[in-house]
Amino acid sequence: MNAQASLIFKLVALAVLACVPLSGESFYVEMISKMLVMAIFAMSLDLLVGFTGLVSFGHAAYFGIAAYAAALLSPKYDAGNLWLLLPGAVGLSALAAFVIGLFVLRTKGIYFIMVTLAFAQMAYFVFHDTPVGGGSDGIYLNVKPSAAIGGWEPFDLGNGTHQYYFILALMVLVYLFLRRVLQSPFGRVLVGIKSNEHRMQSMGYLTYRYKLGAFTLAGALGGVAGFLYAVLFGFVTPELLSWHESGNVLLMVILGGMGNLVGAVVGAFAFEGMRGVFESWTEHWQLLMGGVIVALVLFLPGGLSSLPARIRRALQGGEAK
Amino acid sequence: MDFATFLIQTLNALQYGLLLFLVASGLTLVFGIMGIINLAHGSFYMIGAYLAFVLTSATGSLVLAIVLGIPLALLFGAFLEWLLFSHLYKRDHLEQVLLTYGLILVFEELRSLLVGNDVHGVNIPAFLDASIRLTEVMTYPVYRLAVSAVCVVLAVALYFVIQRTRLGMMIRAGNDDRTMVEALGININMIYRVVFALGVALAALAGMLAAPMSSVFPNMGSQVLIISFVIVVIGGIGSVWGALVAALIVGFADTFGKVLLPEISGMIVYLVMAVVLLWRPEGILKKG
Amino acid sequence: MSAAKTNEVLLEAKKLTRRFGGLVANQDISVTVARGAIHVLLGPNGAGKSTCINMLSGDLPPSEGTITFMGRDITGLSAAQRSRVGIGRSYQRTNIFPQFTVLENVRLAAQSRNQQPWRIFSKAMEQKWALDKAHACIEEAGLGKRADWVSGVLSHGEQRQLEIAMVLATDAQVLLLDEPLAGMGSDESAKMVELLKKLRATRGILLVEHDMDAVFAVADVITVMVNGQMLESGPPAQIRASVAVQQAYLGTEESFHV
Repeated sequence: MNAQASLIFKLVALAVLACVPLSGESFYVEMISKMLVMAIFAMSLDLLVGFTGLVSFGHAAYFGIAAYAAALLSPKYDAGNLWLLLPGAVGLSALAAFVIGLFVLRTKGIYFIMVTLAFAQMAYFVFHDTPVGGGSDGIYLNVKPSAAIGGWEPFDLGNGTHQYYFILALMVLVYLFLRRVLQSPFGRVLVGIKSNEHRMQSMGYLTYRYKLGAFTLAGALGGVAGFLYAVLFGFVTPELLSWHESGNVLLMVILGGMGNLVGAVVGAFAFEGMRGVFESWTEHWQLLMGGVIVALVLFLPGGLSSLPARIRRALQGGEAK
Repeated sequence: MDFATFLIQTLNALQYGLLLFLVASGLTLVFGIMGIINLAHGSFYMIGAYLAFVLTSATGSLVLAIVLGIPLALLFGAFLEWLLFSHLYKRDHLEQVLLTYGLILVFEELRSLLVGNDVHGVNIPAFLDASIRLTEVMTYPVYRLAVSAVCVVLAVALYFVIQRTRLGMMIRAGNDDRTMVEALGININMIYRVVFALGVALAALAGMLAAPMSSVFPNMGSQVLIISFVIVVIGGIGSVWGALVAALIVGFADTFGKVLLPEISGMIVYLVMAVVLLWRPEGILKKG
Repeated sequence: MSAAKTNEVLLEAKKLTRRFGGLVANQDISVTVARGAIHVLLGPNGAGKSTCINMLSGDLPPSEGTITFMGRDITGLSAAQRSRVGIGRSYQRTNIFPQFTVLENVRLAAQSRNQQPWRIFSKAMEQKWALDKAHACIEEAGLGKRADWVSGVLSHGEQRQLEIAMVLATDAQVLLLDEPLAGMGSDESAKMVELLKKLRATRGILLVEHDMDAVFAVADVITVMVNGQMLESGPPAQIRASVAVQQAYLGTEESFHV
């Protein structure tokens, strides 16, 4: 896709997303809200997997930590201040990612995959086995945070439409932020590490520090998604940190084609959309989901975002690019 | 903790660790030899347990169920390797993770469709349904001792297969250098198929042996899978003996953790793994 | 032959030894690299040249011995830290970022001199100093016309030139070049020899090389290695005259060629 077509595609997609609340169907508004949250989550993981070459299988930990922070830091029967809660929750996720990153980034390859999983499992059991977050039953976020600044309230998260636009705005912000980061000297180094880490080191880059930076940043952005999830559903369980969630978000990234922010968004929408459709067909929807995943890996290695190029190639009779 | 409790917990830890070794040995072989991360390995344990349940119900005997179940598991493993895994050898780890993750969903839902979501018990064979008296008040079930014994016999058998047989030589060589094995004119695809089927059968056997102790229940494969991964990583990927050592470490850490530090018992195994990896980032025994 | 012009010793390795388990890959290797000189490591495959250059670049820690750079002990520094003090290296097997353009390869190398990792909001392509330096180094390495090409599609010889450009962009005072001529045609090879001579003027160069003609064309000092040990070290004339070297090598020159 050339730059102009790509821009038009993004603007049209954004316009469509902006029109969703006009339908007035709160079911769809909530469904798309969740997709947008997952899109943020998937983009945050793509920074690691697609751009830095770090396959983390424990990214749900940072999502879950921020979700729990949102619930635990909020007053029990009163609205918390959004402008304190959001940075607080995201900060905790970033801190967790930084500390865990110090350890896991010492390993590589398969070991990295497994160790990120192990640390996420540890976080899972912290919430599952101890009473801090209500144990395996989880915890409620009773009252949604208030966006009031002084006496002025720019929007109300209790209103589904307001909440939708807030999430959409954050999704767009995270996208623009990551795009900018990837064009920065820092981002170029991350892409270099993915391509050839050894060469980066021999050119004088202390790659461990860059990877730690990326890991922390990804954890923070995953935290943004987790925070929004807690606000959206008002309920947090340890399952948010489970390895199934880590697997699902990895799937979204791959579905959309790694190393492509728009792809991560498309992947999140495709995954959640498929789940919604399959769930409406049968209670055994995971069978279909699993089958699709297996088929996808076997027959479509480049993810969904490689489809347009594949189709074009097929139409043009195998002509390259 | 008095001595009798200590003894019982030690026996439990050994039995748990040895059972985990059966699952982890197949996982580490498939990891080390074929370079495949198989998330669906825990499903084979689950399938084994459900096979034990279904076959025991049909035949009335767990022993008969195991005798029938092992060849079924071997066939199933060889079939899966042919159908799916043989296409994964040249793919990167990410795609392997994905495909096998998809397989977990498929296996779990098939299990739900075929057998349902209820928890089922499996009867211990009559001749093993007894207890040994340790003190006046404490006894220990014979079945658990028998399971440990079977696992030890299998570990020894595995040792002989890997160290002393032609297949084992090929396995060890394949572990080190695929091209060399191919240069020797050995059919590597056949070795892969055999090793994979063996891994499936070992995990399924572990599930069958565990069924009377743990019952059979949905998602029983996931728990074992994650623990097995921890074992493989602690032991060093591809090392069967590392897996044995690590399985025993995990067995003891988990069993005694539950007794001594119940609040954090869920985390102990992962803490052990983190500590081991900080000490030796590539596991206790890298190759074996 | 031009003797070293300034003779300022940049890199000095003393009695480097490296063991792998029971195997001694390098024993008591001492080499110096001076500004204005090309020092060539010569020897058949398995002589330990790669081990030696890996110890100098920091890719491999020595078991024993010390390495100093401009008087400073750098034995304990990692490859990245050595790059930062001014030691650049290229690899035997071409080691670039094949998906990136030539310019981006070299720009990343230039950027390494002033990393500013906290500047996540500025555009890398707007860092004029890094771009300018990248262009200058591409020009110096003779790749001016290829700046916008994706580096993976360059010819083998051009990729070797690109590696040199990347090393130059890191302001390296000492260039450690592992077989820069390997796999090159005679034209490309001659161009590279000219380039090396030009670069020597202001820097120190250590080469590992098989091509005997090229070695004697560019070397100021030659160190001959065999079985992980130094056999002889000195100017080309001395090496040519050495009975030991002749016995060990020059009689069976074929063994030099892979």
